[in-house]
Amino acid sequence: MLRPIRILIGKPGLDGHDRGALIIAQGLRDEGMEVIYTGLRQSPAQIVAMAIQEDVDLIGLSCLSGAHMELFPEVVRLLTEQKAEDILVFGGGVIPQEDIPILKQQGIREIFTPGTTIQQTAQFIRQLMKEEKGWEGSLTNSGGAQL
Amino acid sequence: MTHHDRHKSWQEKGEKVRTKTPERKPVFTTHSEIEVEPLYYQHVENVDEKVSFPGEYPYTRGIHPNMYRSRLWTMRQYAGFGSATETNKRFRYLLEQGQTGLSVAFDLPTQIGYDSDDPMSIGEVGKVGVAIDSLEDMERLLAEIPLDRVSTSMTINASAAVLLSMYIVVGEKQGVPASQITGTIQNDILKEYIARGTYIYPPKQSMRLITDIFAYCTEHVPKWNTISISGYHIREAGSTAVQEVAFTLANGMAYVQAAIDAGLEIDKFAPRLSFFFNAHNNFFEEIAKFRAARRIWAGIMKDKFGAKNERSWQLRFHTQTGGSTLTAQQPDNNIVRVTVQALSAVLGGTQSLHTNSRDEALALPTEESARIALRTQQILALESGVADTVDPLGGSYYVEALTDAMEEETNRYLEKIEQLGGAVSAVEQGFMQREIHRVALETQRNIENGTEIVVGMNQYQIENEVQPELLRVDPELGKKQIADLQDLRLRRDNQAVESCLAALQQAASGTENLMPFIIDAVRNYATVGEICHTMRKVFGEYQPY
Repeated sequence: MLRPIRILIGKPGLDGHDRGALIIAQGLRDEGMEVIYTGLRQSPAQIVAMAIQEDVDLIGLSCLSGAHMELFPEVVRLLTEQKAEDILVFGGGVIPQEDIPILKQQGIREIFTPGTTIQQTAQFIRQLMKEEKGWEGSLTNSGGAQL
Repeated sequence: MTHHDRHKSWQEKGEKVRTKTPERKPVFTTHSEIEVEPLYYQHVENVDEKVSFPGEYPYTRGIHPNMYRSRLWTMRQYAGFGSATETNKRFRYLLEQGQTGLSVAFDLPTQIGYDSDDPMSIGEVGKVGVAIDSLEDMERLLAEIPLDRVSTSMTINASAAVLLSMYIVVGEKQGVPASQITGTIQNDILKEYIARGTYIYPPKQSMRLITDIFAYCTEHVPKWNTISISGYHIREAGSTAVQEVAFTLANGMAYVQAAIDAGLEIDKFAPRLSFFFNAHNNFFEEIAKFRAARRIWAGIMKDKFGAKNERSWQLRFHTQTGGSTLTAQQPDNNIVRVTVQALSAVLGGTQSLHTNSRDEALALPTEESARIALRTQQILALESGVADTVDPLGGSYYVEALTDAMEEETNRYLEKIEQLGGAVSAVEQGFMQREIHRVALETQRNIENGTEIVVGMNQYQIENEVQPELLRVDPELGKKQIADLQDLRLRRDNQAVESCLAALQQAASGTENLMPFIIDAVRNYATVGEICHTMRKVFGEYQPY
């Protein structure tokens, strides 16, 4: 049976800008995915614990405060430490181009910057799920409303 | 032909033209979904009463009789990053460049009441603003800045009482008494729950801190603006212009009511209330928004609350151009957006203005970008001539009609919020949050399906953009901040700190005004984290709905 993709959208650190996180959470739901949103002010440890508890496929991190270089890799590190490295991590926010290769080296699969569409994000997620987890769903909308 | 006949004939001609050349859109609307007609021609009714004159109730045309002919708006660029010393350098640079007031951006730990070495602060120290842990940092921040001449706006909310206390004590040390210092604290907690996210305590306790500040300042810091009731962040979170005004004024009413309930006299504190709005892209709607906001507030203060002092009726406001309208793509285009937005604020009669820098969708602004942003204001003020007459758009058929429409729609929301039990209760029920999210999602959809055009982002893109040079906050600054803080804890009189904090804790459990206790603690170099944590023990922390 084809199962829906499960994602945790997380706001690590103290950043209160959640317009993007809320939109991406709703947008991916409309793309047919199951999305849980952590709410504001979560530590990397809290996010990882919630991801394991909720048995998600991926974590999407949002940060607009400039703390991404500390907080994003910490989430990946804690996942590895807790033998949950099968949970894939991607991120988005106000992130300078030059930081992106460094974050990718540390295990963040992709970074989405301002101007990215929900569809591009959804497309990336499905592709990644196919390649890494043998997910068998369709690459286009797996149900729900079209944006 | 009578005027009426000529209008009819124009309509008929318009019909013919439209059958040959259809209009660009099936329907034209403002961002708030107010339908825009092809032509406005009829003069407004009750002009005398509704539009009136500048400096006269209901202040549709501005709060000063002579507006910018006497004094230009205050050019106040929001700045702050890294350490106090570094930010002090940027402040002095901006003042040298002709800026007329300061505006401090604090980092998130300072705003949420954590010290730089708190585990919650990891990665955030000095990032979105300057890190302030103790009075010592505040002394560095304001070094060589004459507090008797420069007014300072501080974007600080949950921990506003602490930072204001520090400012008061630094003033004293410079020989400027509290009665002489001028500036503003944002101190608007309700919009933090709604849109901005730097809350600490639950609403009831937060409202008490706010009314304590009102009471203290009325008596001791009379030139200070004790609150800046902010629609800015509500708009950034995705709201319409109407929602921005409605939610802001609803919050304003909640603060006024809370102060009255705390036994304060309206005409004593209300003249020190100030507002903060956003200037977005829809040019005429933004101008109408500012004019409508003034008119509605004047009515609320006079009729609903019975204020007698004219200054209590006047809505004074700061404006910042819309951060969320800036694109990361082709960032130089943002200079043009900022210019149009800033112009709407000026034509709307703002008292002070921040113009965003072109690179703010990418990072904090570089010195060069910040200078261009300031120059944009200076060009508007000194070259364009728009500041040479009062309310130049007053009487424009369109602007007056739009001002009326904004007022009507805003009042509809205010009634709804009243039905929900007022702003505090509406916030607790998540009403504003849901309304904003609904519009934000719709905007995103419109951008993605191309109904809403963003030049350079979903149209007229270019491949292989050159990345501009960006400001980077030195990561070593965070480490130095922590080392300095830990060193201070060894140097200061820790017994004095302990006893100040104990006194504060006891006062927080009672009903005394907390300001004198916080000032004492600050004077003895208690840290932001220690003071806020002391109150956390008594007040608890806000849990989102």
